Amino acid sequence: MNFDELFGHLGQHTVDGLAKGSIYALVALGYTLVYGVLRLINFAHAEVFMVGTFTVVGVWSLLGATDSPPLGTMLLLLTVGLLAAAAASGLTAVVVERVAYRRLRRMNAPPLIFLITAIGLSLVMSEAFGLWQGRLVVGMPTILEREVLFTVAGTDITNTQLITVVAALVMMAGLDVFINRTRYGRGVRAVAQNPDTAALMGVNKDRVIALIFLLGGLLAGAAALLYALRYGNTRFNVGFILGLKAFTAAVLGGIGNIRGALLGGLLLGVVEVYAATLTKSSWEDVAAFVVLVVVLLFRPTGLLGESLGRARA
Amino acid sequence: MGERFRALPKWQRMLAFAAFVAFLYYLPLLGIPGLTWLRTDVNGGNNWAGVLFVCAVYVLIAIGLNVVIGLAGLLDLGYVGFFAVGAYSVALFGSTQSPVVKALQERFDMPEGWAVAWAICIPLAIALTMISGVLLGWPTLRLRGDYLAIVTLGFGEIIRIVVRNVEWSGGPQGVAAIPGPQGAPSADNDVFGLIDAKPWYWLALTVVLVLVFAVRRLENSRVGRAWLAVREDEDAAAVMGVYPFKYKLWAFAIGAALGGISGFLFASRQGFIEPNQFNAQLSILFVAMVVVGGAGNMAGVALGAFLLAYLPERFRDFAEWRFLVFGLALVLVMLLRPQGLIPSRRRARELKDRAEEVPASV
Repeated sequence: MNFDELFGHLGQHTVDGLAKGSIYALVALGYTLVYGVLRLINFAHAEVFMVGTFTVVGVWSLLGATDSPPLGTMLLLLTVGLLAAAAASGLTAVVVERVAYRRLRRMNAPPLIFLITAIGLSLVMSEAFGLWQGRLVVGMPTILEREVLFTVAGTDITNTQLITVVAALVMMAGLDVFINRTRYGRGVRAVAQNPDTAALMGVNKDRVIALIFLLGGLLAGAAALLYALRYGNTRFNVGFILGLKAFTAAVLGGIGNIRGALLGGLLLGVVEVYAATLTKSSWEDVAAFVVLVVVLLFRPTGLLGESLGRARA
Repeated sequence: MGERFRALPKWQRMLAFAAFVAFLYYLPLLGIPGLTWLRTDVNGGNNWAGVLFVCAVYVLIAIGLNVVIGLAGLLDLGYVGFFAVGAYSVALFGSTQSPVVKALQERFDMPEGWAVAWAICIPLAIALTMISGVLLGWPTLRLRGDYLAIVTLGFGEIIRIVVRNVEWSGGPQGVAAIPGPQGAPSADNDVFGLIDAKPWYWLALTVVLVLVFAVRRLENSRVGRAWLAVREDEDAAAVMGVYPFKYKLWAFAIGAALGGISGFLFASRQGFIEPNQFNAQLSILFVAMVVVGGAGNMAGVALGAFLLAYLPERFRDFAEWRFLVFGLALVLVMLLRPQGLIPSRRRARELKDRAEEVPASV
């Protein structure tokens, strides 16, 4: 236990944890949206994220990206990367819903069958990428050199950390407005509350469900770009652990609750960085799972336990 | 076919069963003309008896996991954790090279070559896996369905990470010199040696048959009916006087013990284990065996386990694709035949009922 290291640089570790947690939060939103509406853990969401990271790699190598390009090129690469990753992930998520879940919904299948299908699908997708792209870590150019932007009270804040946190917050606020203020958002909330009644009131259930899968996919794509900026590599099974963490974050904040996903993600990121500092870094995964079990034990509905539909009922 | 078989007189069914068991024991020697293409070593492939041994171990795992998933309806994605606990209990206590045995030698002034005997490791492994099953189940069984699945998945990973990162388990290097029934691998082992896998297969098959019988008795007992009741409707079961938590815990403990025994056999035959052999993919493979075969039906899960263990060995070119195909099999079976290849009769009926009550709005 290395308490001196933790408390000596508490601010530094917290900032790092928040940056890490923002990525979790963005992926967690995908779980939370789908769970809030369908009461289903979309296990394949982790692979939706994985597709996003590979899209970033592909697009960047297609555009001939190199290490630390000039500012204009860099912005172009970031924008194109973001758009491509969001599009690819969003599309993948919609296809997943279409191929695997729609038929099961028609059959009125028990939840276990949904979950097993999702697990199978997630295995298919990650293995397909493993066979196609190889099983080794795929590196990518460092588009954005990490540098310290400014120092607040002895805590260095780097450009990647700032971008990650701000981007995540902006996207989350956008989603919050979308769900709570717009017509489509009202449809989502209606289906989340009571699918059958919403259908009677003229809400097209299938379209709403496709919409939430699309939204979750778009956010996972954005998370994939931020992940690429932070870690600079990907792998065919990158989604597995990250998906599990994001799910933990969603549960931590209260699955089905959009603001909860943000809170849970940030909290989990901070906890993990603290755990990694206190012990060997390989124990951080254990910390995440222990947090999950403890939270579920004492607050089975999470910290802000209310669901998408009931949030404003 | 099933109906017609059940309609036969009892002595004919017994005879058919006896013939089937005899055939299973004969399998490693398989030389019937026309059937030899079933062997995995026809064109320079893997040791046939060795493959059969692995199949038997997987069948045992599927039977154990079937208690948890098929009978009690608890989706456990961390079953590989119990497999690992079983394997590590023989490795850590039985191998002279394990840190635990070395510590015990020092503590109790034991001679250099001392280690816990293989036969004593059996009850030890069962006890340790049952304890770990209860330890996992106690806090998590309050959760339902999906949550339980994720938490157990996390648990399987925790076991693997812990084993890899602590010193008393041999760390990432794993543990070697794991004993078999005749002690650690050496030239003296004329029956349970490293080369000839036939005795290992016969041993595993015997264990499987005994445990199939035991689980069958359990299934038709008061406990088994309680499991089915809890699986169907936990609240209704509780109202009718079945205490769900207790029976779910039992399912976890018994399932864990079966997984532990299979891990135990596996480690004894391998002689060497390391933490990366127990990853989450393997866990999903185990779930695939149960689900593809037909959760809730012992013959079904045994068939599922056999197929998923045997096919990649028989068709070596396909080994690279195996997890992709497992995933596809899971999805296709769920979409087209949600009750599995050989459905449990009760489960097939339930799914039919459910499909009929599709709400009008869909």
